[in-house]
Amino acid sequence: MTSTLTPAPSSTRNSLTSGQLTRVQLGLIVVGAILLGALTWVFSGSVNWARWIAASIVAYVAATYVISRIVEGRRKALDRVVVAVVTCAFLLVMLPLVSVIWTVIERGSARFDSTFFTGTMRLTPEDIAAQNEGAAVGGAYHAIVGTLIVTGIATAFSVPFGLFTAIYLVEYGKGKLARGITSMVDVMTGIPSIVAGLFAYALFELVFGPGTRTGLAGGVALTVLMTPVVVRSAEEMLRLVPNELREASYALGVPKWKTIVKVVLPTAIAGVLTGITLAIARVIGETAPLLVTVGLAQDTNYNPLDGRMTTLPVYTYYQYVQPGIPPEAGQNRAWAAALALVVIVAVLFTTARLLAKILKPKGLR
Amino acid sequence: MTITDPTDTTGATPPGASSEKVSKIGDKVFGGLAKGAGIMILVTLAGVALFLLTEAWPTFTNDLSELSGSDTFLGYVGPLIFGTILAATLALILATPLAVAVALFISHYAPKRLATTLAYFVDLLAAIPSVVFGIWGISVLAPILSRSLFPWLEDNLGFLPFFAGPASTSGRTMLTAGMVLAVMILPIITAISREVFLQTPRLHEEASLALGATKWEMIKQAVLPYGRSGIISGAMLGLGRALGETMAVAIILSPSDGYFWDIISNQNSNTIAANIALKFPESSGLEVNRLIATGLVLFAITFLVNAVARKIASAGFSGADG
Repeated sequence: MTSTLTPAPSSTRNSLTSGQLTRVQLGLIVVGAILLGALTWVFSGSVNWARWIAASIVAYVAATYVISRIVEGRRKALDRVVVAVVTCAFLLVMLPLVSVIWTVIERGSARFDSTFFTGTMRLTPEDIAAQNEGAAVGGAYHAIVGTLIVTGIATAFSVPFGLFTAIYLVEYGKGKLARGITSMVDVMTGIPSIVAGLFAYALFELVFGPGTRTGLAGGVALTVLMTPVVVRSAEEMLRLVPNELREASYALGVPKWKTIVKVVLPTAIAGVLTGITLAIARVIGETAPLLVTVGLAQDTNYNPLDGRMTTLPVYTYYQYVQPGIPPEAGQNRAWAAALALVVIVAVLFTTARLLAKILKPKGLR
Repeated sequence: MTITDPTDTTGATPPGASSEKVSKIGDKVFGGLAKGAGIMILVTLAGVALFLLTEAWPTFTNDLSELSGSDTFLGYVGPLIFGTILAATLALILATPLAVAVALFISHYAPKRLATTLAYFVDLLAAIPSVVFGIWGISVLAPILSRSLFPWLEDNLGFLPFFAGPASTSGRTMLTAGMVLAVMILPIITAISREVFLQTPRLHEEASLALGATKWEMIKQAVLPYGRSGIISGAMLGLGRALGETMAVAIILSPSDGYFWDIISNQNSNTIAANIALKFPESSGLEVNRLIATGLVLFAITFLVNAVARKIASAGFSGADG
């Protein structure tokens, strides 16, 4: 963050700071704007959150400008307006995040129960009868298993693949080949996920015949998406390792590969693990490539080499758009699956942050 | 602790004759593995292009008139390209100003201690799976928009072709899809802009403030000019992401065939990615080939956009310090 000279905030009024708005006055503007926004309820006769927020923001920015212009002058007024606009923009962006998380927790908790984590969608006629009467049946055990298998395959492929590529780029790569690989990693980063799915489908169709849908194909599709992320983050981390460490190791007569394995990698391990965790978090919620390559199954399939599999994101999608009868049952399952997904992603995300903190070697940076 | 001190590392035993041999082999094997992995990247990419081309080829050699939709491939893919670009452009227009403001807020306005936490939340936004955004968009955002924003736009801005109406009551419109896409690409643009803003030379900022500039004038004089290329390349990367985003659009839009400029009505052109996701599971034969060919078109478009983004980024950073 910048710690440049900031104009000193004026909390007390004296001869030097007269002609400036105090914090209390600025706070009053905020409160006033929100109340003014609330007036829209009176005019329209109903509570409308969107209109309230929009009106409050407009009122806040306008009031800040007018009042500051009168008290502090044109330049200061513009300065304050920018603060107001930027702060409002940030709060506005937080709105969807809060709304998404709130909605997912609220609607997802209805079916976030033991049946959901142990049951599958292979429903017996009794189950369906019970569902028609509003009972909670059907689960996502098969989808969770599928997600773990497919993501596991992708991780098993892309971590060594990506790590070795990063090592090549940082430790060995020179000249045309390295430059070519770097730019191709860039291109790979930009591959749309559905195209990665189509690629895996095309590959497996050519090898195993049309209509092939297996967990392995999904794993391959996710590998295409995950590898560049791993390469990027690992490359960045390996480059942070000070050259002195490598040179000290060489000076002791340690061969290059041992230097990499025992000096460079351990030093960078925090960043590398963080990058891998974030990469997993990125692909575990991928839906489109799995829709194309893995498809959907009613029951648990532990074999990634044979037959369709359900994964959590695809499960969420189908339960929502084809909820069956009554629709609430399917939609509740979809929200529960969405909640499970968000929890998994949040856990991975936080783990990555913690890993970075815990494993960060002292003295580096 | 895994920290490695150079003094006590590794096989610090003096390399004997036999271990030297092992080392040489080790070096060769390890170096070969690394190089092989690098080359595999090239092979994979070539594979992506090759397999997609092979599978897309029958579209161009066969008669498409038996399939639903247009008789020619261009007639089929045209509205899809239009929809893809329209949705992504909408997302970009909505997201870029907000993202720049948020990046400025985090880099220059938020209290220092808060800034890292705030950045974390914005990054978390990027990690939420697109299917979750999709079902949130259709069940939460769409009803709100169709109640408040769409009728207002139709009444007040209906003279523009974009808002001609009739306004959708279900909220399954291009504008809803564009908004959800905007939320999804915002963290990318924010992250890149924030990074460049933080790299603004301290001296530029202090020189500006020393001349009596207010904070905003300082940002206008020092931070924004320095970060311009970062903003642009961030926006282009966001655009690339929006072009390929599938599930949110597939869930929200109710697609029709043809070109539709109206972004608040029930009739919308589909996007390439969403069209594949919707049709692929039920397709077979030539239909699959045609969908893969549209995927190839999408690949080409995103490739172009990303290439332009990289060009801008590399051109901007090199001379920016001067």
